[in-house]
Order: sequence, then structure tokens, then C-alpha cells
Amino acid sequence: MTTENTNSAIGAVGSEFLTFTLGSEEYGLDILKVQEIRGYDAVTTIANTPAFIKGVINLRGTIVPIVDLRIKFNLGTVEYNQFTVVIILNLGHRVVGIVVDSVSDVLALTPEQIRPAPELSSALDTRYIMGLGTVDERMLILVDIEKLMSSSEMALMNEMA
Amino acid sequence: MSIDLTQFYQIFFEEAAEHLATMETLLLELDVSNPSMDDLNAIFRSAHSIKGGAGTFGFTDMTEVTHVLETLLDRLRKQEMTLTDEMVTAFLEAGDVIAMQLAAHRDEGSVDEAEVKAVCERLAYLTEGKAAPSPITPSAAVAKTDAEEDAYGFFDDLFDATKSAAEAAAQSAGEAYGFFDEVPPPAPATQQAEESGYGFFEETPVQKSEREEKQGYGFFQEPQPVNQAAPAAPSATPAPASSEAARIADTGSAPAAKRPAEKAATAASAETSIRVSVEKVDQLINLAGELVITQAMLAQAALDSGEERLQRGLYQLERNTRDLQEAVMSIRMMPISFVFSRFPRVVRDLAGKLNKQVELKTVGESTELDKGLIEKIADPLTHLIRNSLDHGIESPEKRMAAGKDARGTITLKAYHQGGNVVIEVTDDGGGLNKARILNKARERGLSLRDDMTDQDVYALIMEAGFSTAEVVTDVSGRGVGMDVVKRNITELGGRLELDSVEGFGTRTIIRLPLTLAILDGLSVSVGHEVYIIPLNAIIESLQVTVADLKTVSGEGRLLRVRGEYLPLVALHEIFNTRPVAEGLEKGIVVIVEAEGRKTALFVDELLGQHQVVIKSLESNFRKIQGISGATIMGDGKVALILDVAALVAYHGQNAKAVV
Repeated sequence: MTTENTNSAIGAVGSEFLTFTLGSEEYGLDILKVQEIRGYDAVTTIANTPAFIKGVINLRGTIVPIVDLRIKFNLGTVEYNQFTVVIILNLGHRVVGIVVDSVSDVLALTPEQIRPAPELSSALDTRYIMGLGTVDERMLILVDIEKLMSSSEMALMNEMA
Repeated sequence: MSIDLTQFYQIFFEEAAEHLATMETLLLELDVSNPSMDDLNAIFRSAHSIKGGAGTFGFTDMTEVTHVLETLLDRLRKQEMTLTDEMVTAFLEAGDVIAMQLAAHRDEGSVDEAEVKAVCERLAYLTEGKAAPSPITPSAAVAKTDAEEDAYGFFDDLFDATKSAAEAAAQSAGEAYGFFDEVPPPAPATQQAEESGYGFFEETPVQKSEREEKQGYGFFQEPQPVNQAAPAAPSATPAPASSEAARIADTGSAPAAKRPAEKAATAASAETSIRVSVEKVDQLINLAGELVITQAMLAQAALDSGEERLQRGLYQLERNTRDLQEAVMSIRMMPISFVFSRFPRVVRDLAGKLNKQVELKTVGESTELDKGLIEKIADPLTHLIRNSLDHGIESPEKRMAAGKDARGTITLKAYHQGGNVVIEVTDDGGGLNKARILNKARERGLSLRDDMTDQDVYALIMEAGFSTAEVVTDVSGRGVGMDVVKRNITELGGRLELDSVEGFGTRTIIRLPLTLAILDGLSVSVGHEVYIIPLNAIIESLQVTVADLKTVSGEGRLLRVRGEYLPLVALHEIFNTRPVAEGLEKGIVVIVEAEGRKTALFVDELLGQHQVVIKSLESNFRKIQGISGATIMGDGKVALILDVAALVAYHGQNAKAVV
């Protein structure tokens, strides 16, 4: 994974990011992938799926799976109340919801503000990190959400190559 | 000035298909001994419209066939010749060939050139007033009936496609080319050229009646072709040149000719229908469904608020949304006549082949069902009708001997019953022979009980590889029949029943849901979740006691239900949830059947019966073992639909693993 690619990719998609928190960490994802933000409600569980797949919801007639990133990455306190937030992502032909601790704001980042992520071992593989954004003293982990959600470890798609 | 014509292809394809269908219907209704001029004209118009369109878009192969077809039709409608049954058959075959070419242009198939040639040749011969040529004895001295029979044989071989295409092509090359390529004796050639050249481009003033003018083409195409075809014919070059010229002339005149013809044809239907893509309709259906759910939510909120005016308004909204939903759903509905209309042809062809006299009656053609179902019901129905013809209806002699009318009757009937569409195929043939079925079943080693009801016995026919036909014919009898039909119907969420009285006939009853998108289901609760079990898989549900529960080697659990031992599957174990009902007698057992195997499913509670709209889990998610889809319940929550076949199979696997 080369830095040039990452940066040019960011430049190409525009660099506005929706930021959200998981535990004490701040993350960002491409705003253009976000369809809407809603509360956590009426999830139908599906048996024999990993714990982070909470189940499916009815989003105005379409069945949308919900993934709890807090469980997936072992961050934050996993509880569901009226403040639990679900970000509905529109990834190409698929619609997926992710549960996060909270949604903060939308930030515009210039390419200079984005640094490549160093190799490190974490639950979130570096492959899925587009870079690290710096805003004042805050560090944003910019997630390539499309790549992450279509990865086999998320178990959201039929087994393919 | 090149215009991209491809954008119009689709329209041409659809129109051509419609014209072909019209032509076939008219041909089948035609009274051979006394054909109505209106019908002949209408058939001619259809053929002509196809030719015009094909010419415009440069599909010369179609133009060629329609051209020959038209020549003969034209002679018929000018009453220069009398219609024979053979001609009708030839016309129908020509229709098939054109349909085949059409499919090839749509990239949906390939053209069997030998067949095209054979049909063209046959039509050409008929145009000359001769009987169809017989490849075996081409002598003109052969009696007409013989020639006819031979011709049938010849075509059958071709259709059979068992003979290599090369052989068939070689066989027909000599004759088939004759018309277009080979140099025939000069005299008939000129005559023929004249015929094909002007015969139907240029109407003689006498023929050009007012009626023709009203139809709108006869007079458009008149001047141009004459000029072009005329120099070609006298140049004394044989057939190819003049037919080429005719084709050019035809292409030239086609756009002009097509427009008025189109106008005439579409004038009636343009105001009454529009073409809309299915996707758009489905989107509309989805949105209407959403509206219903949203409205239900609002109604609940209004009820809680106690605001009366709001409630009254919402009641009205409810009615309107329901009406809207129904109206939108009805867009996808099509009358079943779309399927039924193909069967007169099937029956005619097959009855001829089997030397039987059969009349097809259709009742309730206007019964509507979902477009998706219409497409999928055609094959099973064709199978049933072929079965009735081959096994059901007896030969005329046998029928006479039994004191019945020599002419057998097959009745196709469709009607609505409850939330279902019922289609019946009834024949007044020999009926099912119970003893023979039982013997056959014994031969095949199927397990039989003494107390089998008629229904049970008839159900045996639907087992794979079962055929009671004494002779295996190419029509049916190989035993790949009823089981396939049954499977197809089950896949559509329907049921198949058989009813028969020996000596008086058989009735096959198909029950289908109104649409593919809706399923009749029983909602059950397991733990805190609601699951839907498709109603057509359920046999019964009952409460059992621990005493009925048996184990095999301490592992596999079996449930004794009226003397039968069924494997017991606890859904909460499969779905890893905690059941509300602790203990067998607190919950309830639903007995389901899939692929001939019964299984008892243990659930907490039965909630109710619903018609649910099937939603795909896979569009945003993936396939889940044991789940066939999802639906949205009245409260807006998602409920999963159980895949009973997979559950039964899953248990089978597990059981094996245990042993």
C-alpha cells in the first residue's frame, strides 16, 4: 500500500470526513459514503453470526445489516440506549449500518493534514486505514470504510474470492 | 445522415413478437374451409408489418421469410387460391422460423438455417399451387396425401434436430435454394419473379379496394417498387436478381410503408397502454409498501394522542394508501390469457402428431396473476397439457368404443379462490388407473401402505421417474414429468393436486399465490424473535408431551406423532437463543415437510397467519443458513423467513454426523 495512492484517493473523493468516536479514539470516514444517521432501534438478531453483527433492521422497506464497530474493535462501552447512534453507509450497491459511540462533526481536511498511517498491529488492520488526519491537537483515524465493510472478516457478504 | 437505429431495435423486437402472436392466434382460429377475408387480411398485415420493420432495420433474413410468406398470403386474400390445412401448418411453421430469427437477433438463440430454407421452400411450392415437396419421392405424381405425410416426416426430422444440421442442409439445399439461387427454367422464373416482384407491392387497381386504402399501406408502397422492380424483371436475369430487386425495393419502401401500418396498428392501443420497465413498477410497489407501514405508525401515534380529528384524517389516509397499494400491485398483474394463448397451438400440433381429436377449452382467461408467475407457469402447464393429450385422451376409436365423443376435450380453467389463483387442467380421457400406479410403484420398490387414499396413490405419480405409460413416446412417458411439474409449482410457492375418475378423466389443480413477492406464512416466536414458516410447508402443529419424545442412542431426538417417528429440531438450538418455553410441553411443535421428509420443529409459540412480503437478505447482506429471506411485520420489525428445506436437510446432515 503506497502513500501516493492513498493521498490521491483522498484528493479525488474530496476530503470531507464525518468524524465519530469509538471509546476515546476519533475516527473519520468519507462523508460521501454516509446515507444518514439514525438511532439504534428494533434490530432483529440473526443466529450464528459473529457477535459484532447485531442483526438486520427495516430501513424504509430495505433490510439492512447492522454492525457494531465497538464490539468489532473492542472499544467503548457496549450498551444500547436512546443515545446509541447508527451511521447508515451507502457503499456502491450495498447499504450497511454501523454502530458507534457518538458522531461528532464533519471536517474538511487538506492533503497536508493527512499523514500516512504507520505500520502497527491493532484490531483495525492498517489496510483499512487511509491515513491519519490532524486537526489542531486531535488525531483522526481515517477509515477506508468501503474496503473494511467488504472485507471477509466483516462477514457481511457471501463467501467470495 | 446515419441514424443510430439500434435504439429502435427493442421496439421492433417487441412489436414483431406481438405481430407474430397475433398471426398465430388468427391462424389457429381460421376456419380452413371458409376463411374470413378479414382474418386473412389481418394475418397478411401482421406478416407485412414484420417485413417492413425487418427491412428498415436490415434484418434481411427475416425479410426473406416474411416475403415468401406474404406472397402466398397475398394470393390467398386475392382469392387466387384456396386455403388448405397444409398451408395453415406451413404458416405456423413460418411463424416459428421468424420467431427463431427474432430470438437470434436478440442474441437469445441461433437460427437453424436448414429449417429456414425448408420452410421458405415449402411456402414457395405452396404459392405455386403445388403440394409440399417430398424429399424422399420428389415426383409430382405422388398423391397429395402422401406428399403431405412425407412432408410432415421431413419436418419432424428437422425439428427433432437429431439429424445433423449438415445432413439436413444437404437434403434441402437442392430444393431450398431452388427458389432463390438456382437458375430455374426461364419461363416460371419470370412468372415467379413477376409474382414476387410486383404481386404484392403493386396492387392492381381492382384489388386496391377502399378497404386497402383505409388500412393505409396499400397505396403508400405502390409507386416506388414498380419502378425499381420493373427494370429488374425484364432484364431476364433469373430469380435471384429480381428477388434481390424486390428486396431492395422493399427496403426502400419499408419506412414509408411501415409508418402508416404502424399508425393503424398502434392507433388503437397507443391510448390504452404504455410500456414501462418492470424495475420502475417494482420501485413503485416498494414505495407503496413503505407508505402503508408509515401510515400504520402514524395511526398508532394518533391513537395514543387521542386527537379525534387527526384520527379521522388518518383513517381516510389508511383507506387511500391501501387503495394505492392495491392499484400499484395490479400493474404487475397480467391476465392468464398470456399463457393460455399458446396452448391452442400446442394442442393442435400434438393432436395431429398423435392422431387424436382434441378440443381445447379455456375458461377464465382474464384471471390475473403476477407477471413473474405468468412467465414461470407456462412450462409446467405445457407439461400437464402434453400429459393430458398423450396419456389422458384416448384415440378416437377407443373413445367411440367407450361411448364417448370421438373428440376429446381438454379444459384449462383459471379462477381466484381466497388469496390464491387456481388453475385446473381437466381432460375427459381415460383417467388414472389406480391399480397400474400401485403395480408400478411396487416394481419401483416404493413403500406402500394398505390404507392409501386415492389422493395418496395419485401423489405417487409425482415421484421422480414415475410413468405408467405403456409405450414411451417422444411426447411423454419417460417419467420425467410430474415430479418436475410438482417441483416447479412448489418453487413458486404453490401446490399441485390430482383428481381422477377412471374412464372419465383427470383433473390437475394448481394453486398459486397471487404474486411471487408474497408468501403465506405462519409466524412463530422463538426466544425474543419472530420467524415465519411458509404455510405450504406446514402439515400440522400440535402440543406434545415428554412421553412422545424418544432418543436414538441417547442422541438424535425423535418425536412420535400418530405412530410415525419424526426427527425433532428445536429452533432455539439452531438459532442459539434462549427459549421462553422451557420444556417440551410448554412450547409447541410444528410439523413441516420438505422434499418428502417430515420434520418436527419445536417453537415457543404460534403467533398468527400472515401474508408477508418477501424481502431479500442478500441484497445488502449475505445468505444465512436456514433462512430464505426476510419480511417486515406490521410493527415495522424485521422477521426472518425459515428455509424449511434447508432446515430439514441440515438436520439430516447432523443426524448422520451423530451416527
